Amino acid sequence: MITALLVMAGLALVLGATLGAASVLFKTQGDPLVDKIDAILPQTQCGQCGYPGCKPYATAIAGGDADINQCPPGGDEGVRKLADLLGREYKPLNAEHGVEKPKSVAVIDEATCIGCTLCIQACPVDAIVGAAKQMHTIVGDLCTGCELCVPPCPADCIDMVPVTETVESWKWRYPVFELKVQPATLPAKEAA
Amino acid sequence: MYNSPYLRQNTSVRRVMVTVLVAMLPAIAMQVWLFGIGLLLQIAIASATALACEAAMLSLRHRPVARALGDGSALVTAWLIAVCLPPLLPWWMIVIGTSFAIVIGKHLYGGLGQNPFNPAMLAYCVLIISFPALMSQWPGLQGSDAATQLDWVLGGERALDAVTGATPLDALRTGLLGNADVAAVMQSPAFGHLAGAGWEWVALAWGAGGLLLLALRIITWHIPVAFLGAMALVSGVAWLIDPSHYASPAFHLLAGGTMLGAFFIATDPVSGATTPRGKLIFAACIALIAWLIRAFGAYPDGIAFAVLLLNICVPLIDIKTQPPVFGHKVEPPDGGAR
Amino acid sequence: MLNKLFSFNGGVKPDPNKSASTREPIARLALPPQLVIPLHQHIGGTPRPLVTVGSTVLGGQRIGAPDGNVSSAVHAPTSGRVVAIEPRPMPHASGLSSPAVVIEPDGLDTAIEREPFDWHAAAPGEIRDFLRDAGVVGLGGAVFPSHLKLNPGKSGHTDTLVINGAECEPFITCDDMLMRTEPENILRGALIMQRMLAAKQVLVALEDNKPEAATALKAAARALGNASLEVVVVPTRYPAGGAKQLIRVLTGIEVPHGSRSTDFGVQCFNVATALAVWRALEHGEALTRRIVTVAGNVERPRNFDVAIGTPISHLFAAAGLKPDTDKLIMGGPMMGIPLPNIDAPVVKATNCLLASSPTLFAPPEPELPCIRCGECARACPADLQPFELYWHSRARNFGRAQEYKLFDCIECGCCAYVCPSHIPLVDYYRYAKSEIWARERDKDAADSARERFEFRNWRADREKEEKAAKLAARNAAKPAVKPADGPAPAADVAPAAAEDPKKALIEAAMARARAQKEAVAAKNTDALTPAQKAQIDAAEERRKRASELSGSDAPTE
Ligand code: SF4
Ligand code: SF4
Ligand code: SF4
Ligand code: SF4
Repeated sequence: MITALLVMAGLALVLGATLGAASVLFKTQGDPLVDKIDAILPQTQCGQCGYPGCKPYATAIAGGDADINQCPPGGDEGVRKLADLLGREYKPLNAEHGVEKPKSVAVIDEATCIGCTLCIQACPVDAIVGAAKQMHTIVGDLCTGCELCVPPCPADCIDMVPVTETVESWKWRYPVFELKVQPATLPAKEAA
Repeated sequence: MYNSPYLRQNTSVRRVMVTVLVAMLPAIAMQVWLFGIGLLLQIAIASATALACEAAMLSLRHRPVARALGDGSALVTAWLIAVCLPPLLPWWMIVIGTSFAIVIGKHLYGGLGQNPFNPAMLAYCVLIISFPALMSQWPGLQGSDAATQLDWVLGGERALDAVTGATPLDALRTGLLGNADVAAVMQSPAFGHLAGAGWEWVALAWGAGGLLLLALRIITWHIPVAFLGAMALVSGVAWLIDPSHYASPAFHLLAGGTMLGAFFIATDPVSGATTPRGKLIFAACIALIAWLIRAFGAYPDGIAFAVLLLNICVPLIDIKTQPPVFGHKVEPPDGGAR
Repeated sequence: MLNKLFSFNGGVKPDPNKSASTREPIARLALPPQLVIPLHQHIGGTPRPLVTVGSTVLGGQRIGAPDGNVSSAVHAPTSGRVVAIEPRPMPHASGLSSPAVVIEPDGLDTAIEREPFDWHAAAPGEIRDFLRDAGVVGLGGAVFPSHLKLNPGKSGHTDTLVINGAECEPFITCDDMLMRTEPENILRGALIMQRMLAAKQVLVALEDNKPEAATALKAAARALGNASLEVVVVPTRYPAGGAKQLIRVLTGIEVPHGSRSTDFGVQCFNVATALAVWRALEHGEALTRRIVTVAGNVERPRNFDVAIGTPISHLFAAAGLKPDTDKLIMGGPMMGIPLPNIDAPVVKATNCLLASSPTLFAPPEPELPCIRCGECARACPADLQPFELYWHSRARNFGRAQEYKLFDCIECGCCAYVCPSHIPLVDYYRYAKSEIWARERDKDAADSARERFEFRNWRADREKEEKAAKLAARNAAKPAVKPADGPAPAADVAPAAAEDPKKALIEAAMARARAQKEAVAAKNTDALTPAQKAQIDAAEERRKRASELSGSDAPTE
């Protein structure tokens, strides 16, 4: 009996020591919360979360004013990461703010562009170049796909084009096929 | 869809497990020869229980039953449990032990490859804590005929005192508690030349099976060498200090489960350390703790407890002993993983 | 000279299967009706096309110009007409397309006039530029532009130049056959490289399962009579032909992932690359052909000398593809990639084409859980713990996988080869690596977006301030005709008034644009689906809300 007790006590000791050591070893510290949250947000700057950009949303989350599931471009994974970071419960994306879509970039139909500069003012990341009354072009690499330039365009010449995979950006797939494909995740493609 | 490498070595988990079973055969034969055929019945009961539990758990967890049953891992667990237990244990204890090992020790942790504890040792500990008296009754050499043995295993009326005696380790501890010295205790009929009568042969048979595993590259040298080396070292030092209270290294190497533990238990890959240095530390610590329990603890043999204790430490040992990666060998020694 | 060989840990010994394709000499394959020459065949920037559809090209003419220094040129293998410049399916696991120049050979095979290049007199920098423009890249499979590697770096010299003829993968024999047929020129190329790198010694290494090639090379080395050049036979063990492993075997040096071997005084090239360097410098030949082993489930396994851009189907037709072939592989059975498209072209990286059948490369048995047996760790030539990498990659725990040095994995496949649980380990590493790369790309994009966003906000603020300051200055200059609260309404009215004429202008422009659009594109912008309309409305609504919020937020900041 005594040995059993000893063994159990020993077990507890070792476990405790292990956990203690682990907590010291893996302790993290560093930049303030807002930056950490902002680092997770996709920086699309689309405002779908209800805030004028990612940083304000990050500030709102840190201040407890906003929930973690309001950023559609960040998608499910983004919510998970935020939940992880903040130690909160994961919750699905709030559909009020929109749904996750494949990444797109805006393309201006240069034949129809009237050079009104309204889209330049709308673009949060200065991805549109052009001067007044001249044709505008979108720099594809800089466009975050926020869609903010689409509604202001009076000539309706901006299209959102999904980004296609290239040989360079192609990714190896997860090796094991999931046993059950959730039917709900499939129609996401059509949404674009 | 599958990708390179398109070539695969002809190997499988089943092959590994079957090899382990084969390597156990010499020792099983030796035990049967010495202690009677009760063991065979126990192995059969344990195997049947293990397979049944495994199948039940797999289907409960919605896993392909046939494929996983065929891997042979449940049989290895079952056989290890059976050979650890006294040969005349009633059948229900074997069933309890084996099902505990498979259901709780293995599948509740996620099944093959996920269990942090050695399932066989878990079963052994549960049984020895719950039924200490029954677990320390070993039959004497050729103490009974086959029919009686089978009857007992199947739960028949037992006249145990007539045929069972203490194991050498038990005898030693009882003797020492009674203030006899080691030399005197060793005179008793339970002892042979070095360890218990007959036990030397069982230990050597385990050693032979272990060498087979080594030769077939199923296990590496690290764990057996560190285990036996550490056991010899600590028992040797104690013995040199006070030979009348501490048994000789030869006794410790050949008594009880030392050989079985060194080659078959501590080498369980799933619950053991994986890095070369980690294996050395892991096995040496098991031997040390096992000896401490033997010498000072309340149980005659401590290998099972020692293994479980070290199982807990495996993640830490592994992290701390990551071998240096190609090209990074000049970094500080613990820079491997982190 | 070299009295001691080292060895690397791990490795495996699969059946080499090399004899079938070495029975016949290298055959020069006839030109196909169409050559598809991808512009991007190497590590680095995508070359710009130099030709247009319809133009005629000559053999050896440059059709793609290197894009910066980390790039390489692309050439036409023969004379003919450019029929298209468009995305074509690539020999890549994705089966996706990339821009390519499609040439229809005219059958005359007229070569372009070659400018003679006196490399004996040229400076190393000039030779490097020449090699870049000749399209010489590593032919062992990594296709890294060779001119970048032919630079001794800051120290100005190198200890050892390794010429890699180990060719450790089963089935592949193109380097073996090349060493048998052209040993002198390979060594001459190696000596040029030695000069460029200022290397003290040149070690030409090959595995001991290629005795014919070893004999030929040794004889050629003797004939050249250069004391600093040595042919070294190393033990056969996969992956002895991996550059890092070979350097380790020959010199004992371990080059870690992410550093250049020149920093350790070693540089390593494939034998075929040495030959390409020789041909480029001595004969002015651009890299337009290469040797390709066709083996596996074919009637006549053999090595072919083919023009780059030849469709893979053409090679399999020549070797006689057996009907029960179930998949095609580019490269060897250990590291090769699946080829979804048989019409993809041969590129500079194509060393071997394998046909697989269910009997030749049986599909693996179903994957079982990892039993932590450590077999993989014992087989890993990079001294990794593959099961830990697997564990974290599978759990998508990429940070931890990187801590276990995922990127030191050379994807050699030894771990999966020995795994008793039949886990496709390398697939998990490939998945994790490409996922990490994608995340890094996303993160870079996000960082730049954040920066630009912040800059834009800063600029907007500054403009606002400037406007306010100007206004204040103007108001201060005027005598106080109005009450103190005057400026505010004035500021409000002014922009509104300014906007009116602008609005009218826009209306007019829009009308024009609409007419133009209907005429040109016949694209009806009014035919938005209700969903799209709702989306736009929603976006506008959001923006309004957002700007209100930002306005109300501003004072608190
Ligand atoms: S919804 Fe848009 S603005 Fe808001 S955090 Fe996500 S990407 Fe940024
Ligand atoms: S170009 Fe349009 S869609 Fe792209 S970032 Fe700018 S405003 Fe957003
Ligand atoms: S060889 Fe396979 S089963 Fe063994 S440790 Fe490696 S991954 Fe696990
Ligand atoms: S594939 Fe990577 S992890 Fe596996 S053996 Fe090769 S180097 Fe090691």
